[in-house]
Amino acid sequence: MLKLSNVEKSFAGNDGLIPVLKGVSLAIDAGESVALTGESGSGKSTLLHIAAGLEIADQGEVVIDDQELSGLSESDRAQVRREKIGVVFQQFNLIPSLNVSANIAFQARLNSSFDAQYVQHLAESFGLQDQLNSFPETLSGGQQQRVAIARSLAARPKFILADEPTGNLDETTAASVLDEMLELVAKTSAGLLMVTHSNTVAARMKRGLHLSGGHLA
Amino acid sequence: MNTLTRTCFVALFSHWRRNPLQLITFLTGLAIATALWSGVQAINSEARASYDAAAATLDEGQFDQLLASDGNGVALSTYIMLRRNGWQVSPVIEGRLGEVRIIGIDPLTAPGSLTGVELNEQVSLNSFLGKGAVLTHPETTSVLSGKAFEQLEIVTNRNIAPKLAFTDISVAQRLLGQSDFSRLIVSNMQPLKRPDLSSIAPQLLLQRATQSADLGELTDSFHLNLTAFGLLSFAVGIFIVHGAIGLAFEQRRGTIRTLRALGVPLRRLTTLVACEILSLAFLGAMIGIALGYFVAAALLPDVAATLRGLYGADVTGQLSLRPEWWASGLAIAMLGAALAMAGKLFSIARMPVLASPRPRAWAIATGNTRRWQAASALLLAVLALALLAYGSGLTVGFMLQGCLLTAAALMLPLLLDRILSFIQNRSNGVVSHWFWADTRQQLPGLSLALMALLLAVAANIGVSTMVSSFRLTFVEFLDQRLAPELYINVQNEEQSKAMDRALSQNARETIVIMSERAEVAGLPVELEAMRVGATHRQDWKLLEGQTDAWDSLEGGSGVLANEQFVRRAGLWTGDDVELPNGSKVEVVGIVGDYGNPLGQLYISEKLFLDLFPDRFPLRFGARTDDPKALRETLNAEVGVPTSAMTDQAAVKEFSLQVFERTFTVTAALNVLTLSVAGFAMLMSLLTLADLRVPQLAPVWALGLTRRQLGRLELLRALALAATVCLLALPLGLALAWILLAIVNVEAFGWRLPMFLFPWDYTKLWFYAFCAALLAACWPALRLARTPPNALLKVFANER
Repeated sequence: MLKLSNVEKSFAGNDGLIPVLKGVSLAIDAGESVALTGESGSGKSTLLHIAAGLEIADQGEVVIDDQELSGLSESDRAQVRREKIGVVFQQFNLIPSLNVSANIAFQARLNSSFDAQYVQHLAESFGLQDQLNSFPETLSGGQQQRVAIARSLAARPKFILADEPTGNLDETTAASVLDEMLELVAKTSAGLLMVTHSNTVAARMKRGLHLSGGHLA
Repeated sequence: MNTLTRTCFVALFSHWRRNPLQLITFLTGLAIATALWSGVQAINSEARASYDAAAATLDEGQFDQLLASDGNGVALSTYIMLRRNGWQVSPVIEGRLGEVRIIGIDPLTAPGSLTGVELNEQVSLNSFLGKGAVLTHPETTSVLSGKAFEQLEIVTNRNIAPKLAFTDISVAQRLLGQSDFSRLIVSNMQPLKRPDLSSIAPQLLLQRATQSADLGELTDSFHLNLTAFGLLSFAVGIFIVHGAIGLAFEQRRGTIRTLRALGVPLRRLTTLVACEILSLAFLGAMIGIALGYFVAAALLPDVAATLRGLYGADVTGQLSLRPEWWASGLAIAMLGAALAMAGKLFSIARMPVLASPRPRAWAIATGNTRRWQAASALLLAVLALALLAYGSGLTVGFMLQGCLLTAAALMLPLLLDRILSFIQNRSNGVVSHWFWADTRQQLPGLSLALMALLLAVAANIGVSTMVSSFRLTFVEFLDQRLAPELYINVQNEEQSKAMDRALSQNARETIVIMSERAEVAGLPVELEAMRVGATHRQDWKLLEGQTDAWDSLEGGSGVLANEQFVRRAGLWTGDDVELPNGSKVEVVGIVGDYGNPLGQLYISEKLFLDLFPDRFPLRFGARTDDPKALRETLNAEVGVPTSAMTDQAAVKEFSLQVFERTFTVTAALNVLTLSVAGFAMLMSLLTLADLRVPQLAPVWALGLTRRQLGRLELLRALALAATVCLLALPLGLALAWILLAIVNVEAFGWRLPMFLFPWDYTKLWFYAFCAALLAACWPALRLARTPPNALLKVFANER
């Protein structure tokens, strides 16, 4: 289970600290998909980053599989992220110098869970089998995002945290990518927390959360 | 290596595989830098090893010596008489066989360290005395051939100075065909009581061991000069490395963010990046050291000629692999790479994991960076002024140069920005306005290469000004000093007197050449006898002198001193000096003396003979309108063979040849430095080219053709190079002034007048311009050939 309890986070502004998250709590079980919506600047991405251990909450607890993140060192948090979380960003964040195959396998290799057959299966599932030797710069946006999602799944994480993964894609491509993603996530029984602006995307999740004024509704 | 480390390494190294040009830039930059540095170090360590070998084998510096005052040899009977009277002396026979100096010693009486090689190391005493062994440097063996050496055992040892061969004294007597000893070495261990030399052998002169200046000290300034050049070239190379590392880091910001987001700990990541760069640096350094060996091997013969010409130091012409130079090359390369990397590693360590992944690559010249650069430049300029005002010494001279060059390099981007801004504000056309604005935008990315170009051109201007000023002064000096049309060597006193008589009848003027080493004002000097005549009065230009200087000298009340002596002794015109006999004479003038490190005092012939009554001239100069006829007359009248007479033209040509070779090394290093700067520019432009596409695509879309854009890129590189060359002129002249007025005075003891050489500077600008043009051609061509779909991708946001 991924559990956030009373998480608070503020950022420094010109007029002092600006609170973004004011005691946010949520829990996501394995196999559950949750949409996180909210206005721009409401703190959705911050909440996602805190859940991934990329940022530290000022207050509150983040527990992944009974492990409390805020008490861990940077190195231990990195290990949790490597082994239990798959992150998908809006900007794809592929490694430009590695080809598609190496990019998909990358996180799995990092935590020694690389499975060539599974990587091949993911590539085929996302229609990337003909691009395995291509480099990211030669792919379209939709293809790059498919690679990023495949990468996050290849390490068989317990939770996938996705920050507007279809935000950069056109409607048709976005729908197609989302279909493939949800299907594979469902197969792996991973928990999914997806930040999105799109009501259509949010409607595809089992549960929806709305962040406003620093609180979840 | 665990999976995490291996996977990260693969990801990090994949960058270089995908960007081979950057890898080549990095490796080549470091290899060139290391090559120039380690090449210079190789030359220095080889030369120093030769001095050490010479110091260990040449006896002049170590022991007192007894020499015959008439210039002839020391008879065997004199040697036996001295030994019987308790003098612990050892005979030496010395002479030349071709270009090899043969030294015959008596191993039974010679002081232990005379040869620098323990006999029983390689050759037994029996073999040395019996079969006749010859100890020599490996390089010299090829010269020791012929019938004379057939029966001899040639034993090589690198500790022996090149072009030197030791053998038993009897063998040397046979080889050289002489029976008298050249000199007697006086052992440091002597009995408490022994008769005075003057009472038992008045015909011998005792020459103290300390009278000759130490070879290492004399040549230190030369090696320091070489080292400074090596360091400058290294600095230019490190600019390239810094640029390549900086670009690689900036381009991998996204990758680093992704790696961290995917669970690679920061500490592991920074360690891996450091290992990656250092392992590449090691590779580059090893290539550089190998290249350095070839640079050194190519330059060493000229350096050897220089050292022989300037200081009389024999340096081997062949290079051997010495651990000290390749270790120093490796160390400085790794240190340079580590320094270039340190800032970037620090920024990785401080970079938030969620920092923007977009490369900031060449937008690094933020307001803060510029302010920091300006402050550092100002600080260094103030330090340079303080060194100029209060510092002294050779090291301060080089520090002053370092401060000035670094300050100028740091100021360059700021200055260029101001200049470009000025031009931009005054440009009317829309394309020219964009061109200058775009050029300003490129400055941060090109600044390292432009700094390298500035340093290279300034160093070239500085050194060529110094060399050309030296050349003008030296040629004039040679004309003064080599005024006699004919030089004649004689063998003994009888011949000397006869020659003097014959010259007084047949030559327009006779110049006597006679000197003796002595100690004046606590410094070793050469006292030169001068028979003042029209040549001196008309041709010799004094740097400073009293109006009646020549009369005072002729009358014996005054002396002329060379510049290096008065500077070292802290004396000047009007001061008194005490001669070896205790008499005081006034320094009435100072003469320039280039190409000679020793202090010299010119005294009248009469005063000289008062001081050294046993001396007589063994060399004369003759002024004549017909050297050929005079040569024949002297041969007929005095019986001196024509081979003992040398034409002025031959002497002058030899001196000029030595001088020209002296600066071959400097010129070669200049060319190499300029080439490195051109290479830096090429690599900067090539690496910038990819980043330029998003900036140029809109301009292309708005109507400029790719060919026009390529031409403008070329024009930009040339405009920047031209501006840098112009800015390099005042910097180079300042450098020349420091070299002439500070470094030369400290290093050699003389100050040279500074001349300007506009034609040379124009040629240099042309070369620098060509280097920039060559560097810009390829990137401009690549841009002109960029496929339209690559430009269109910019608008599709799919790059």
